[in-house]
Amino acid sequence: MHIPDGFLAARVWAPLWVVAGGGLWYCIRRVDAELKDKAVPLMGVMSAFIFAAQMLNFPVAGGTSGHLLGGVLAAVLLGPWAGAVIISIVLAVQCLVFQDGGITALGANIVNMALIGAGFSYAIYALARSALRISVKRRPDPIIAAVAVASWCSVVLASAACAVELALSGTSPLKVVLPAMIAVHSLIGVGEAIITCSIVACIVRVRPDLIYVSGGRSS
Amino acid sequence: MSARGTLLGLGAALLLALLISPFASPRPDGLEKVAADKGFLHRGERKPPLTVPLPDYTWPGIRDARVATAVSGAFGTLAVFGIAWGAAALLRVKRDSARHVTRPFGHRE
Repeated sequence: MHIPDGFLAARVWAPLWVVAGGGLWYCIRRVDAELKDKAVPLMGVMSAFIFAAQMLNFPVAGGTSGHLLGGVLAAVLLGPWAGAVIISIVLAVQCLVFQDGGITALGANIVNMALIGAGFSYAIYALARSALRISVKRRPDPIIAAVAVASWCSVVLASAACAVELALSGTSPLKVVLPAMIAVHSLIGVGEAIITCSIVACIVRVRPDLIYVSGGRSS
Repeated sequence: MSARGTLLGLGAALLLALLISPFASPRPDGLEKVAADKGFLHRGERKPPLTVPLPDYTWPGIRDARVATAVSGAFGTLAVFGIAWGAAALLRVKRDSARHVTRPFGHRE
């Protein structure tokens, strides 16, 4: 859902640049405070993987395609702050090198996919994980269920934010564009959840130490 | 993350970009589809305000769209890897020199 130039009015994209800048500045400060040595190469690998995966559009119903957003994937492994920074780097390269997403809309795209799609969606993951952990006591850690919920929400929430921005720009009325965006991205979100859960399930099995632990990695 | 793990991860990303991206679905994505259905797709078709080096994952001199996508995708993957690693490493260096302390754990792997 990379917004191109021309979809958003200046009165919408300009403030969103400020929000994106402020949000990223805060994220970078948090990353600076908690990033461990071994996470440095993982930042590179994660960004490269998400960039490549975002090129792989999979078909969904209704003549549409979707691709991995990767916000929850990055946040589950590296935390919400680094996750948002990673998605922002991917978005910036896509925009500045490949014209994938407009330069004027880059702020909006960072807000939707990095700050909401990675940062905020990490909160959904953390909340779902602890809620499930309390309610389902005998099962092992419900990390995969929490990842499924959060990754589906990340795509749908980002698309809803995008719809609100389009409506505020006068591009399309909210009552038209919001249901349409949510309907399409509810399907794409299922793909997001399947891919993210598969990857996280593999990592939990092979390298559980790579999963982010809030307040600092365990090793 | 070990050097081997890093290379494996980067290699996997490069394989995705090189071998699979040329076969990605050409259907419009969610936003494009909504824009077409709701009649505002034309708003995004004006000349963009910024000229970029590789618009729409093309590569200069490569006519075949699939090959061009693979090459520009691999280039982008490496670029993003370098930028993200570099940015993270820069933060580490800055912090270490600011605090004048040795790393508490050192490199384990």
